[in-house]
Amino acid sequence: MGLVEKLVKKCRARSPWILLFDTGACNACDIEIAACLTPRYDVERFGVLARGSPRHADILVVTGPVTRQARDRLIRIYEQMPEPKYVVAAGTCATSGGVYWGCYNTYPSLDSVIPVHAYVSGCPVKPEAILKAISILVEKIEKGEV
Amino acid sequence: MSFEISIGPQHPIHVEPLMLRLSVEGELIVDVDVDVSYIHRGIEKALEARPYIQGLYLVERICGICNAAHSLCYCLNVEQLLGKEAPPRAKYLRIVVEELSRIHSHLLWLGHYFHTLGFETLFMYFWRDRERIMDMLELITGNRVTTSYNTIGGVRRDLTPEAEQRLRRTLDYIEERMRYYEKVIDSEPTILARTQGVGILKPSDAVRLGVVGPHLRASGVKHDVRLDDPYSGHDEIPFNVITWDTCDCYARVKVRIREVYESVNMIRYALDHMPSGDYRLKIPPFFKAPPGESLSRVEAPRGELVHYSISDGGDRPYRYKVRTPTLANLLSVVEMLRSRDGYEVYIADVPAILGGIDPCICCSARVMVTDEARRRRTIMTLEDVIKISRERGAKRR
Repeated sequence: MGLVEKLVKKCRARSPWILLFDTGACNACDIEIAACLTPRYDVERFGVLARGSPRHADILVVTGPVTRQARDRLIRIYEQMPEPKYVVAAGTCATSGGVYWGCYNTYPSLDSVIPVHAYVSGCPVKPEAILKAISILVEKIEKGEV
Repeated sequence: MSFEISIGPQHPIHVEPLMLRLSVEGELIVDVDVDVSYIHRGIEKALEARPYIQGLYLVERICGICNAAHSLCYCLNVEQLLGKEAPPRAKYLRIVVEELSRIHSHLLWLGHYFHTLGFETLFMYFWRDRERIMDMLELITGNRVTTSYNTIGGVRRDLTPEAEQRLRRTLDYIEERMRYYEKVIDSEPTILARTQGVGILKPSDAVRLGVVGPHLRASGVKHDVRLDDPYSGHDEIPFNVITWDTCDCYARVKVRIREVYESVNMIRYALDHMPSGDYRLKIPPFFKAPPGESLSRVEAPRGELVHYSISDGGDRPYRYKVRTPTLANLLSVVEMLRSRDGYEVYIADVPAILGGIDPCICCSARVMVTDEARRRRTIMTLEDVIKISRERGAKRR
């Protein structure tokens, strides 16, 4: 690995910009992730910024079970993200369908639609759990494990 | 020449996917089309396949923010089917959690609303104070957001004296902070310029469109389920129904701030006059409900929430129907966003107006402008929309 590549990898780990996409969640996970950005948890100290456009984002945080209507949009957003890209499944619904298991309009889990790099359980996820997931993911990105 | 702009269905901060298709002439909006289908999960059908006690957990997850209202409405509905009533202490405890969740929802909305208007400092302040309420919810119910506090026949936990003391201190703190914020909002020219006279909804239109909750009260109509149809001992607790008659976005901010004071006072009254006794009835976890139908109404943070169920005598509902307040309020967005004689709506006002109904759904992430005549498409990001929105605020000032 060349010096430039090492430097890029290090810099990437210091500014993981996230994009939040709700594929059918009940809003509980969304507001907990939004709470991460506010003074109590302040995820910005790890260099994390929430972005509006998929083209700016490194990490896609998906909440909720994937509904049939949102699936195509999710894939489109995933494809619009530049490489390297990482996906975090936040909450039990995104991980395994959760309480909506067996509903006619949802997919069983997020990883049946797009590849996932980290799972965070909880219904809803706690802000602390999200912080931990992102910091572990960042560590792995730095070491080149994902 | 008419343009079409699609807003949504993805937004960075707190979202439910909503697609708005705006037809614009220049900067003026002439027509609107709303699509809320992105979130459809099939909960009503799923409820028909689950025993009543399991349905409780599904109903809570219709909306994470007003979960206390949804679970309360469901419990009232099933209790009505069974012909039972929660004990007095449970009713008061339900009010405490319901009002706490109303405060949390209003603070969340206020913070998010000022964020969309470009006032980041107030956003951070409101969400910082909201954490105090979340702590209280966690202390009383055991979870921050999805509380699972209400259960069929009462509530799941009792309130300890220590929790009560901490709750009272938090209420004092919140009340003091809200007085400060009200002063800030009334003296800040940017906020006044962006909200006063924007998104006017006349009382007659509001009633015609079936608008509910704080949104309706901001149009000067005195309507509150807690007053009109007391469902959980609300007839014993004194409170004022807050109305405001300027009918614009400023009124919506004021109504919600004043409602926080009312909620604080209601919780204090409930704590002072808390009845003793049981906090839940003994109801077996799996039971059969007698055949019949029942309808329950609850004043959720966003407005009147209606649950309707039909039982055929089995251990699960034959049909369950939920009407949420945001669905009722979305029609009024179409009305408010449409320019008419003497009433002009600009693209820059979309976040202020859409945010004004507290939609659970705020999507102005990727705006796509389509020029139909020339078949040209431009994609705008959220930053662009907020930029236009802020420039407009500066001009108005």
